[in-house]
Amino acid sequence: MSFGIRLKVYGDYACFTRPELKVERVSYDVLTPSAARGILEAIHWKPAIRWVIDAIHVLEPIRFQSIRRNEVGGKAPAGKVKSAMKRGDLEDLQLLVDEDRQQRASTVLVKPGYVIEAHFEMTGKAGPEDNVGKHLDTFSRRAGRGQCFHQPCLGTREFAAHFELVPPDAPQPRTIDETRDLGLMLWDIDHGAPGKPSLFFRARLENGVMKVPAPNSREILK
Amino acid sequence: MTILANRYDFILIFDVTNGNPNGDPDAGNLPRLDPETNHGLVSDVSLKRKIRNYVELARERQEGYHIYVQEGAILNEKHRLAYKALRPDDPKVDKDKSLNPRDDAESIKLRDFMCRNFFDVRTFGAVMSTGINAGQVKGPVQLTFATSVEPIVPVEISITRMAATNEAERKQKVEGSDASDRTDNRTMGRKHIVPYGLYVAHGFISAKFAERTGFSETDLELVFEALTTMFEHDRSAARGEMTSRNLIVFKHENALGNAPAGKLFDMVRIGRNIDGQFREIDRRLDNFPPARKFSDYIVAIDRADLPSGVEIIEKL
Repeated sequence: MSFGIRLKVYGDYACFTRPELKVERVSYDVLTPSAARGILEAIHWKPAIRWVIDAIHVLEPIRFQSIRRNEVGGKAPAGKVKSAMKRGDLEDLQLLVDEDRQQRASTVLVKPGYVIEAHFEMTGKAGPEDNVGKHLDTFSRRAGRGQCFHQPCLGTREFAAHFELVPPDAPQPRTIDETRDLGLMLWDIDHGAPGKPSLFFRARLENGVMKVPAPNSREILK
Repeated sequence: MTILANRYDFILIFDVTNGNPNGDPDAGNLPRLDPETNHGLVSDVSLKRKIRNYVELARERQEGYHIYVQEGAILNEKHRLAYKALRPDDPKVDKDKSLNPRDDAESIKLRDFMCRNFFDVRTFGAVMSTGINAGQVKGPVQLTFATSVEPIVPVEISITRMAATNEAERKQKVEGSDASDRTDNRTMGRKHIVPYGLYVAHGFISAKFAERTGFSETDLELVFEALTTMFEHDRSAARGEMTSRNLIVFKHENALGNAPAGKLFDMVRIGRNIDGQFREIDRRLDNFPPARKFSDYIVAIDRADLPSGVEIIEKL
């Protein structure tokens, strides 16, 4: 058994994109477990540990807004990079934004606020010098001081996340009074399996709290 | 080329006078508005575009400062670079139809090549279709949406042009009225402006990501230089007058930082200047005339509760 942590995260906007609505992005109603994991890993992570999200507490009313932006349609093709490397010349290695432009709308969350309840487990990569206490201390120290590996974000990098550690003895912050079915939600992406399949679970908000199933539980749908 | 060893957070304060800082494609190019508060917005990508354009101008054709995501309007001359190809030519590779690197090692080589040559890949990151770990380069510099400190009121201005686009348009005009020569060819257009708006953007620079992309101290100075002067090279009929007013940089002692970014940003307070007095922005200001110039605001930094290990650098 390892000890859990609680982290309060909030910001001006958030976009936890639904995988089925990717092009004109539409956010989930609530922070997803995989985005929460990303936030924790932005503060502290080592291959020796694996974060497990237990619950998400929703502190602010769920509201949406639409933002449309000019985006580019393409990625940097590896083949072109390779041939430029071989030629030793950067000609036509560029992306012209006005020729490859897509205007895309994003439906984003406004002024979200959450408490992430999580713990971590040791993985097979843990050495003798890795112990639970050490990593828990490191995380708590960093989160308490506002230190991070990189500024965590709420779904996409333009929506920065501010974070505060909720001390173990502090009362649970008040959540919104809402109970509803959130439908199927992305639990996480299975990075270990070939093809990186997505895993889902049936998300429910109970008085503002979304319980997240444990890894390998029957509730996770492959 | 010293790689960054400190975390930085910064606040950029810029203003717009009689111009449109960032049009909203969903609202017929009206200035972007937060529909709930009527505060103006400028998207992160719009600011990044200006940084790219500035670097393109300031470091024209310098090795290592190429811009990958370009506006086509910039003429690109061919230029040859005298760097050694990392890999001796391999005849098999020419025949390969596949666009993916063969292994992780090669994809890292490709990534490093892109980071070394392209300033914007090194700074903001890029998505490459390498298929390995989605081939993403995460850049150290992260920008947020800029928000205006007070609600803005966009003004729609009708303008006329003394010319018709084509013959058909001209005919239409003539048939519809007992026109004189002067109004024959006249067409109407529309401009949206913000009479005045003061905007604030937040930015973050991660020293740990800088290590990965090779983002150096020199690059950092260039980013700050771009943030302070980018609007000077982005003049256009739509923009009006835009000026960077303040660039307040928080330098942390170490790579992970010494204080939460949100706390640092809260130390910079912006209020209205009422007869030389700092006044918090709230509804009671509604009795005063609206702000129309930068001196109608006061930017104050509360240095008193500066956390230890954080240094404030005012770049502008």
